[in-house]
Amino acid sequence: MSSTLTATFPASPDPAARALTRKCDTTGLNVCLEAERFIKFNAVSAVVFLLIGGIAALLLALTRWQAVHLLRVDWFYRILTLHGLNMLIFWILFFEVAVLYFACTTPLNARLFSAKVAWAGFAQMVTGALMVNYIILKGQADVLMTSYLPLLAHPLFYLGIILVATGTLTGVFNFFATLYVARRDRTYEGSVPLVTFGATAAAIIAVVTLLHGAIVMIPTFTFSMGWTAQPDPMWYRMIWWGLGHQSQQVNVCAMVAVWYLIAQLATGARPINETVCRTAFLLYVLFINIASAHHLLVDPAVGATWKIWNTSYAMYLAVLASMIHGFTVPASVELAMREKGHTKGLFGWVVALPWRNPAFAGAVLSVLIFGFIGGITGVTLGTQQINIIAHNTLRITGHFHATVVGGTSLAFMALAYYVIPLIFRRDFIWRPAARIQPWLFGGGILLVSLGMSFAGSMGVPRRIYDIDQSGAFGAAAHLMLGVMGLGALAAVAGLLLFVLLCVGTILAGERNEGRPMADWGVASTLAGAREGSLADDHWAVKGTVALTAVFLVCFAVYYFANWKALADVWPVR
Amino acid sequence: MSLSIPARDWYKAPAGAEKLWIGLALLWCFVMSLMMPYWHFRGKQNSRGEAYSVQPMDFFQRTEKFVAANKVGERGGVPIVEPAPGGEAYLVARMWAWYPILKLRQGETYRVHLSSLDLQHGFSLQPLNMNFQVLPGYDHVLTLTPTSKGEFTIVCNEFCGIGHDKMFGKILVE
Repeated sequence: MSSTLTATFPASPDPAARALTRKCDTTGLNVCLEAERFIKFNAVSAVVFLLIGGIAALLLALTRWQAVHLLRVDWFYRILTLHGLNMLIFWILFFEVAVLYFACTTPLNARLFSAKVAWAGFAQMVTGALMVNYIILKGQADVLMTSYLPLLAHPLFYLGIILVATGTLTGVFNFFATLYVARRDRTYEGSVPLVTFGATAAAIIAVVTLLHGAIVMIPTFTFSMGWTAQPDPMWYRMIWWGLGHQSQQVNVCAMVAVWYLIAQLATGARPINETVCRTAFLLYVLFINIASAHHLLVDPAVGATWKIWNTSYAMYLAVLASMIHGFTVPASVELAMREKGHTKGLFGWVVALPWRNPAFAGAVLSVLIFGFIGGITGVTLGTQQINIIAHNTLRITGHFHATVVGGTSLAFMALAYYVIPLIFRRDFIWRPAARIQPWLFGGGILLVSLGMSFAGSMGVPRRIYDIDQSGAFGAAAHLMLGVMGLGALAAVAGLLLFVLLCVGTILAGERNEGRPMADWGVASTLAGAREGSLADDHWAVKGTVALTAVFLVCFAVYYFANWKALADVWPVR
Repeated sequence: MSLSIPARDWYKAPAGAEKLWIGLALLWCFVMSLMMPYWHFRGKQNSRGEAYSVQPMDFFQRTEKFVAANKVGERGGVPIVEPAPGGEAYLVARMWAWYPILKLRQGETYRVHLSSLDLQHGFSLQPLNMNFQVLPGYDHVLTLTPTSKGEFTIVCNEFCGIGHDKMFGKILVE
């Protein structure tokens, strides 16, 4: 791997930069030491919150699995609040700040704008996250992640969330300042690399998102202090989801950037068409901001026109962006594989992929789970009228466990298999276990998502302690909750294994300073292959065409099956 | 390479299979965009969000008046109320019950007013699996036509505190 990567990235000859940077022994790239430090801090914090969220996940799954029904009712909602915030906000945001600090320095041969600003952001985020977790576990914030008014938590809960938001904004500011300084000082010539471009799209969406968070959380905080009147609950829902849904699109951008990155690291893939990939990221920035409507589709006081226009993200142009990435990522891998000589049939290149590389396996599972399960269910459930048969059922939870967990979290885990050797400079311990970890986690979360989705189709609500009280749900629903429970056991095992591997490696992994990292495995190159040989063959990616055709058929079948299911319920206006 | 600076001439139009896929995906997006307005005019299940501002106590009084005028029975201390076909019906959500029990006739259309007296609640009609949001301060009107007979359970599917899982109601259709 070292030879291929060193050939790809010639080192910068600038001697002035050397004192504050080091040259990576694997890639030959310059790594800013300050950025590296904060990538470490943020990544480690992220994994700590992932662990908290994972333990919470296990407790929740073992409670909703009616045959086990582990927790007491008050602790169920408490742990549910804890799970949502630690997984969806803390783990993701800390990891994203790490990704941003990487994307604005190393690929641009730049140095981090300011360590002080990085400290300020990090301190705010950690303080806020600790405040939130403390007050939840103390039992004074049993309001779930959304904290819908008039439910009211202790003021520290809102203050903690505000601090996490401002801390993240501070980190995002550092990112933009670094980009600006790199441009001004001409640390690179031309356009930024695609990974940095994707990270920039994520950062722009993060700003819009976190401003929504400030707009909704500050008056809620002052209300909880008794200083101002209660904000309107419908207004709260609309603005809160400007935070809640858009923040997930930050994840999508970061995840897609990680897909491109791992595709390159493991197979040497290059984007087929930079224009297409970048335009797709731009579509996210332009059209994702109205996604909060997806949560208000069966709400009072917002009319059909508003709902239809906003739910479609203005003609589904953000969905188009994901569908484009869903093509270009596998297509770039297929092209790279065919150029390496793996040309047999439609899918000969698939067989030859580096499946034993945990980063690559994780990224592939992330693409598949995000696309086939998360994407298709998300667009369908977020269709204005179809939402009537989905709102607040477990179908919603089934959807976002496929996007945020099977998609984003798995992609971030996959990236860690490179981050830790390259940034912490230690090779992974227990490598055979690492190779199965993505399969265990991905397979588990797939079962979780399917179990939830099918139970939700039978009407089982999300966020409920016990479905047996009503007598409305039968054996099939219970079976599906059992599937969810079994999947959760596998997924949490995968998560704990991941944490164990990361922590064990950071503490006891073999140091790889002065030599390339231990190779996870890259795609092999057959004799006579030539890189770039298919650059002008626009129809070479036949396997990807077949795969995306299957995807489109699955999408259409699921979509129209849901219209049929909707047509079967009572007429309502 | 996604991690390195692209060549200066990276701007080029999509071609071949990529172009085909973008075209197909865009077409599919148009189909999905048009399905919603189509269903709005031709389909029978829509959420228009018809709603009026209301004080929780006013809404409760309207409901009590509706119950007094249309009560036809009682079950477990909860009144069973049968609104006139084509008429107005009121359904209150509060911690932790739906009130009253509604008795409707198959094929008739009713204007069902939904509102909450305290927190947010979720109207989830089972086993049909029809779901609507219920907020305090908003009189959410569903124009509803039961097309199947039987006893239907309303469960709450928006978290509303410790008794959330024990919040039920009934709609009876004859």
